[in-house]
Amino acid sequence: MLILRCPYCGVHADETELTPGGEAHLTRPGPGASDDDFEGYLFRRRNPRGVHFERWCHTCGCGKWFHAARCTVTHQVFGTYSAQTTEPPGAIIAAIRARRPDWTPT
Amino acid sequence: MRRYSAFAIVREALRHHSGWERAWTAPAPKPCYDVIIVGAGGHGLATAYYLGKIHKITNVAVIEKGWLGGGNTGRNTTIIRSNYLQDPSAAIYEKARALYETLSQDLNYNVMFSPRGVIMLAQTEHEVRGYRRTAHANALQGVQTAFISPERVRELCPIIALDGPRYPVLGGLWQARGGTARHDAVAWGYARACSAMGMDIIQQCAVTGIRSRNGQVTGVETTQGAIACARLGIVVAGHSGVLADMAGFRLPIESVALQALVSEPIKPCMDVVVMANTVHGYMSQSDKGEMVIGGGADGYNTYAQRGSFHHIEDTVRALIETFPMISRLKMLRHWGGIVDMTGDRSPIISKTPLGNCFINCGWGTGGFKAIPGSGWAMAELMARGTSDLAGPFALDRFRAGRFIDESVAAGVAH
Repeated sequence: MLILRCPYCGVHADETELTPGGEAHLTRPGPGASDDDFEGYLFRRRNPRGVHFERWCHTCGCGKWFHAARCTVTHQVFGTYSAQTTEPPGAIIAAIRARRPDWTPT
Repeated sequence: MRRYSAFAIVREALRHHSGWERAWTAPAPKPCYDVIIVGAGGHGLATAYYLGKIHKITNVAVIEKGWLGGGNTGRNTTIIRSNYLQDPSAAIYEKARALYETLSQDLNYNVMFSPRGVIMLAQTEHEVRGYRRTAHANALQGVQTAFISPERVRELCPIIALDGPRYPVLGGLWQARGGTARHDAVAWGYARACSAMGMDIIQQCAVTGIRSRNGQVTGVETTQGAIACARLGIVVAGHSGVLADMAGFRLPIESVALQALVSEPIKPCMDVVVMANTVHGYMSQSDKGEMVIGGGADGYNTYAQRGSFHHIEDTVRALIETFPMISRLKMLRHWGGIVDMTGDRSPIISKTPLGNCFINCGWGTGGFKAIPGSGWAMAELMARGTSDLAGPFALDRFRAGRFIDESVAAGVAH
């Protein structure tokens, strides 16, 4: 069973308390963006086999959205962090690098 | 290839079974092929088969990372049906179902197609309306289905409790010529027929890179060396995103785990397939007597071929209310497969941004039933560059907004 720590209320919540929300850090293109940009934003996903940054909602707890860094093959969780950011914080990147030295962010 | 027949069984019985041939050869890769198909699951092998049979392209290699049919082809619940709502879906799934009817004769290999009938239970008023609509759509599409009463459901499947407190049965969508087939045999049958046409099926050979020049694919790099090709077909289901990454484009696909389980074998008690989509559970009885149960998909990205236990719990809890007699059954095996889900829950059979590279993926939770039709359409697309069956499933439909929306419209299990 997948257990994630909610960064807001500090609860170690199992997945039945959580709602998955897909890939994190998708940036909505601004006015005048091309169709290609918009298609990418709406549909194209990294879907990596390995380290994945994703959104979760602590539905049965505080109800807030947060982000998690998790391996999609082993389910190893590298850390969770606030959703009030546009990119993974340095501490999360360092935690991933410590355990996956050959990982490169794309 | 020596044909299988009743005569062959008698002949081999008389000579201590010394004359059976290997069903397919295990060659080393040649330096160059006209077509390389990546992925020797049902869809990849069917693509190769129809390339040879219909389009006479036989200088083909099918490359497989693991073993033949060892991915989702061996991990599904073997259900075959074509009662979809949208016209393009109904066309390709009905083509597949129709090909299944004569597949054993076509391949000279018993795929054990059993058109025992499929009921999709309507357990809410919304489902009743939805399935009536699907039945009308199917009538226009030439797919034989009917909306049936709860009494008829009981006649077809006496072990159903119609008056469940939470999930009463209010009717069902019945497809009499739907059913099941032996999933491994489908892969093996296609592999044997491909091998007999002179195609190379190369197992234990993972693709590690895709070579291209001036936007045209020129070959693949594999764990058994580089292999050149004029055309490349990527048919790798859950790992489509990984291959697309090698080819340099991104797909509207996310990979999630879908689970299934089987019970201990019991005496025959159910000779139809029953799907209960409200509760995400479906059940049939295998020829060995096991109850084969399919569950829901996890909501998050995963490449681990196992799912969350609470989905199993949800599925079994709901099915026990519909089928009280299974409550004492022990479950023998439980497994997960990685399915590739698109935004509109319809597949992708398409050209790609890389020239002469084609992709067939996104079958999500419903790939097995489509294998012959998918292979047929993909082969046509690769051989001719265009295909009526594959056309609506092109990759550009997401940009154009031409969705084939089965996730909302059809109420199918996804």
